[in-house]
Amino acid sequence: MKISYYPGCTLKNNAKNFEDSTLCALKSLGVEVVELPRWNCCGTVFSLATDDLIHHVAPIRNLIRVKESNTNKVMTLCAMCYNTLKRANERVKADAESLDKINKFMAPREKVEYTGDVKILHLLELLRDEIKLENIAKKVVKPLKNLKIASYYGCLLVRPKEIGLDDVENPVVLENLMNALGAKAVDFPYKTECCAAYQTVDKPEVVADRTYHILTSAQTHGAEVVSVSCPLCAFNLDQRQRETVQKYLDFRNIPILYFTQLLAIALGCPEESLRLDLHYIDPRPLLKQKALI
Amino acid sequence: MRINISRRKIKDTFVAKVEELSGQNLLACYQCGKCSAGCPAVSQMDILPNQVIRFAQLGLQDELLHSNSIWICASCMTCNARCPKGVNIAEVMEALRQILLRKREDHLKVQKLSDSEKGDVPPIAMISSMRKFTS
Repeated sequence: MKISYYPGCTLKNNAKNFEDSTLCALKSLGVEVVELPRWNCCGTVFSLATDDLIHHVAPIRNLIRVKESNTNKVMTLCAMCYNTLKRANERVKADAESLDKINKFMAPREKVEYTGDVKILHLLELLRDEIKLENIAKKVVKPLKNLKIASYYGCLLVRPKEIGLDDVENPVVLENLMNALGAKAVDFPYKTECCAAYQTVDKPEVVADRTYHILTSAQTHGAEVVSVSCPLCAFNLDQRQRETVQKYLDFRNIPILYFTQLLAIALGCPEESLRLDLHYIDPRPLLKQKALI
Repeated sequence: MRINISRRKIKDTFVAKVEELSGQNLLACYQCGKCSAGCPAVSQMDILPNQVIRFAQLGLQDELLHSNSIWICASCMTCNARCPKGVNIAEVMEALRQILLRKREDHLKVQKLSDSEKGDVPPIAMISSMRKFTS
């Protein structure tokens, strides 16, 4: 299987652990990943104002890059990219006038006229719907035995409903994947609660509050590690534990891992591909204790 | 809080502008409060999400544009997902932010951020914050 891949900015920076572990895991699953040429910023957030067309140009331009690669399917890892690309695509598909305006705006430079026919897939959809979890389970060489994992979805993988890749209130794809890898998935009520996202720039104390509630809930339900799928959630839940500890005396640190790092471990990827050095809370002592690295 | 309501405010262009920018029918809201019940940010808000909609119906422009709620909302869409009347509250919050941002009244003062505040966060945090909080 061959798939076109849109990385986005943060996968090449703070979330190198997300990208490297994914590429190794997909190679083990026999998927050839082809990075999109000349990709640009997705816009990070979907503009909610009705008249704000200019902010849909960046995501649509990326979809033209997909068409130029002679395919009509693209995979993303970052939840923000996934949401923004998919929503912008749905927006222009439902509104021919907007699509025409965006095409005309880009026309002097872009040779391809976009028609709304690219499918945006999140890696989780590729794993669940195309590769299938039972086939992944067969390829596990190092089961995540005795590891209790709470899966955190955040907002953008599940909301709004028309864009989400699973149930809007009770998604289960991550838990099902973790169980397929031999781990013990832990359910907890804060799995789709917002981490406060970009408030982390100017209001880190708000993020510390959310981090406290989300992670304490996961721990109360027995989690030893929290798996995430968005680089901004990962930053807030991992790095902002520094501020959380200062604010809440009863808070206990817990390692945060991308679900792809856990997938890569189970599929036997080398430790270098996990980039465990990029974490604020070092997950290595726990992984060593469970004989996973 | 003392609030004056009047027919003049209700018929003001402000209400029409919020409806147009958000694409929402404000009068569809019957104040069940489900948005505020599920909002993870209410503890930091001075006006709750259901009150934001009520204030918008009544054209209470000053109260809304001076509230911190519109800047605490991070568009997580939990309210939208749960509204039984299909009102997209997050879009109304965006419309209110846009009314200020389009007058160049930025919420985030990028020049006041220290190098470490800018450098420590991932690029998606910086870009989305600037997209939501600056003009």
